[in-house]
Amino acid sequence: MKFDTPATTNPIDQLKIIGHATSRIDGPLKTTGKATYAYEWHDVGSRPAYGYIVGSAIAKGRIASIDLSRAKAAPGVMAIVTAENAGKLGKGNYNTAKLLGGPEIDHYHQAVAVVVAETFEQARAAAQLVQVSYSAAKGSFDLAAGRDGAAKPPGRGDNQPDTNVGDFPGAFAAAPVQLDATYTTPDQAHAMMEPHASMAAWDGDKLTLWTSNQMIAWTTGDVAKTLGLPKENVRLISPFIGGGFGGKLFLRSDAVLAALGARAANRPVKVAMQRPLMFNNTTHRPATIQRIRIGANRDGKITAIGHESWSGNLPEGRPETAVQQTRLLYAGENRMTALRLAMLDLPEGNAMRAPGEAPGMMALEIAMDEMAERLNLDPVEFRARNDTQVDPEHPGRPFSRRQLVACMKTGAERFGWSARNAEPGKRREGRWLVGMGMAAAFRNNLLMKSGARVRLDRSGTVTVETDMTDIGTGSYTIIAQTAAEMMGLPLEKVVVRLGDSSFPVSAGSGGQFGANNSTSGVYAACVKLREAVAQKLGFNSADVAFSDGQVSSGNRSVPLGQAASDSELIAEDSIEYGDLAKTHQQSTFGAHFVELGVDVATAEIRVRRMLAVCAAGRVLNPKTARSQVIGAMTMGVGAALMEELAVDKRTGFFVNHDLAGYEVPVHADIPHQDTIFLDETDPMSSPMKAKGIGELGLCGVAAALANAIYNATGIRVRDYPITLDKLLHRMPDA
Amino acid sequence: MRKPSAFEMSRRNLLIGTATSVAIGATSAQAQNSVPQPLAAATAADAPAMATVSFNVNGEVRALKLDTRTTLLDALREHLHLTGTKKGCDHGQCGACAVIVGGQRINSCLTLAVMHEGDSVTTIEGLGTPEHMHPMQAAFVKHDGFQCGYCTPGQICSAVAVLDEIKAGIPSHVTDDLNVAPELTNAELRERMSGNICRCGAYSNIAEAITEIAGRPA
Repeated sequence: MKFDTPATTNPIDQLKIIGHATSRIDGPLKTTGKATYAYEWHDVGSRPAYGYIVGSAIAKGRIASIDLSRAKAAPGVMAIVTAENAGKLGKGNYNTAKLLGGPEIDHYHQAVAVVVAETFEQARAAAQLVQVSYSAAKGSFDLAAGRDGAAKPPGRGDNQPDTNVGDFPGAFAAAPVQLDATYTTPDQAHAMMEPHASMAAWDGDKLTLWTSNQMIAWTTGDVAKTLGLPKENVRLISPFIGGGFGGKLFLRSDAVLAALGARAANRPVKVAMQRPLMFNNTTHRPATIQRIRIGANRDGKITAIGHESWSGNLPEGRPETAVQQTRLLYAGENRMTALRLAMLDLPEGNAMRAPGEAPGMMALEIAMDEMAERLNLDPVEFRARNDTQVDPEHPGRPFSRRQLVACMKTGAERFGWSARNAEPGKRREGRWLVGMGMAAAFRNNLLMKSGARVRLDRSGTVTVETDMTDIGTGSYTIIAQTAAEMMGLPLEKVVVRLGDSSFPVSAGSGGQFGANNSTSGVYAACVKLREAVAQKLGFNSADVAFSDGQVSSGNRSVPLGQAASDSELIAEDSIEYGDLAKTHQQSTFGAHFVELGVDVATAEIRVRRMLAVCAAGRVLNPKTARSQVIGAMTMGVGAALMEELAVDKRTGFFVNHDLAGYEVPVHADIPHQDTIFLDETDPMSSPMKAKGIGELGLCGVAAALANAIYNATGIRVRDYPITLDKLLHRMPDA
Repeated sequence: MRKPSAFEMSRRNLLIGTATSVAIGATSAQAQNSVPQPLAAATAADAPAMATVSFNVNGEVRALKLDTRTTLLDALREHLHLTGTKKGCDHGQCGACAVIVGGQRINSCLTLAVMHEGDSVTTIEGLGTPEHMHPMQAAFVKHDGFQCGYCTPGQICSAVAVLDEIKAGIPSHVTDDLNVAPELTNAELRERMSGNICRCGAYSNIAEAITEIAGRPA
């Protein structure tokens, strides 16, 4: 189905099932331990052997030699795979560094061997006996030091490294009110709860991988490319994924090593990457240095806005596109953005939840707070005065729906924003300095082709099959709701099967594009199934109604299952998009509000209240959508207050590479969180009229906290995370 | 305050190491009769030390012959195929592997299986099934107290045990007065649950789920 004209009324608009706060259909499995994750398939094939990964102990250089003799002689060892004996390996389209290193080493903890043994304990013990001699080379590990030598990265489509509109330098110089400030965001880790894990089994030259992956089709292709197999010989199965946040978008070394280990051992092999290896072996959100310049008239209208960002990556890696939102979020006739990329020999930088906007909004929305103060304007009012209903770079191109101002005003009213004292450091409750902060939320809405197959059986049950994944986002549930709405069934009569490369290719989970696109693919398949049912039952498909398990037209009504009385009816289709995303800018909007206390003696920061207001198209399921948003708000608290991969700039690795060292928010850090979804449909986005929300909820949160800390203490911190050491020496007198 | 039984457990469930197997814990001199006996002395450096252990899991007695290095977590997951208990970090840092042993929650990755001779272990599978969920499991579903589901069994086992801890009068870091019974406040719940990380960030909803169950008469 080609979606190239705005959606009109369709069966989804009945909202009998879509739009309801349904509990997750996979909830009973997940809460009782019956959902099967990648490492847990005990009932397929023969008993697997265990693989344990050995990671490089240097960041850059070469393996001089590997001595496997002691490891091979260890009890239970069946095979050891290294680059030397693995045979020729290709490199996938989506990973920058090789997934099995050697003899060249590209980054610290790059996998250099996998030891396969009868038991996990034996594999782990033997892995310690692998003796690797390295000859280390000098690397670059310091972004600040590499900033001046950073190069202009190649552009990709609409994402060009330099953008210029009007005369930014002239307008900024002439602006009566100016801000020129530099912000930094650190390297961050996805730190999803389930480690990267895979089980591999070969049948001749056919490979099955039970794995934990967000993008089945991408990864199937990259497995084939890496191992030199025809794509049709690779099957991926990934029905449950213990979190990804972008870290499982791509093929990683657990899957490659499980496959190689299984081939070498002639046994199914499973590999879970040990937690302390994950932070340096896999990808991370790259650190940024961001310079923001804003010029405005005294009435608060922005005349010039400029945003430059420096980040680092391995050779052939890409920049963190932290300037992305600044091209679209606020008005202003004179604008510029620039991305620069330094070559670093740290682990591979890549997508983490809301790549680009998440770190970009961390900086931009502090800058907006600083500018509002200089203009003596309320931060909500300053942002509202610079709203734009068109793409500021292309004024002939309107936003499809843009309710940023409504989000901010609704939030301000609900949160009690008017009680905020604009003068910082003035609200004191016992030992606590109390402050409020806000930030806009912004993230683009992406359209991706997505397919599904639907099967109707004689009992009137519809089964949906798509390679879409559910990484905790609620895909199972909203896909079931979509099929139930389309086919006029109760939710219990829909079965959803996900995450299998033998199913039609979907959008997958990433970039907050999963929900809108995957359900639109299911919509398309259901439209075809409705036609097939009508034809089978001899109805005129134009006026046939599907409801309550019945198919009706005029005064004739038959059970849906009757259409499949002699054989299953199967329909398959994809949603594909025309030019609506070109003619209309599609983005999602929101506003974050935070109240927190800062201990006047210790500078301990405690978040008291959080509210997010979102306008992001139709909300398919308010319960799972709320979870996406509060989860993102929680990750934003981490970004603001604690998350930072500490770089050892001498030897080139992330020092705090486990869950004790890399701190993420825990229960005690997070108060009750409120969310509000503005009533919205976006007919430009898809037949579902929905947009993404899972990343919107993160964009701006950290800045809202930073702004609240400033409001509480009068201390402006521009370097994340805002830890106590950055406040203590500047705290007001107790 | 209830006498903490963890001390009794760690004294009772000791493993006598042979010459080549590592002694477990600091109290290995205190061995008693219930100690599991190594099957074969690991005379050669290349033979893993094996031992039998028998414990009650979810109401069923299970006997296993294990490499003594096997954690309780891996015994459950890899040997008994009770994969509801999750391995998130294998280092006691995330809480995904929380199970209830002798009425108390522990990180099953930080304890060796052979230390649990005769113990009673409750895993997420023992609390309820999809068809007959424990009230805490049902409350997690109702309040959407999870997303990816990987930390969820640990969160639920912890939550069930936390309510018992408060009932038993065990104080926490945020208990103001150690001489009075801790109350079931939001701060107490959040503090006590903080060993269970949820990277999806379902904390607000988890707190709603636990509060609902806590509010019910037992």
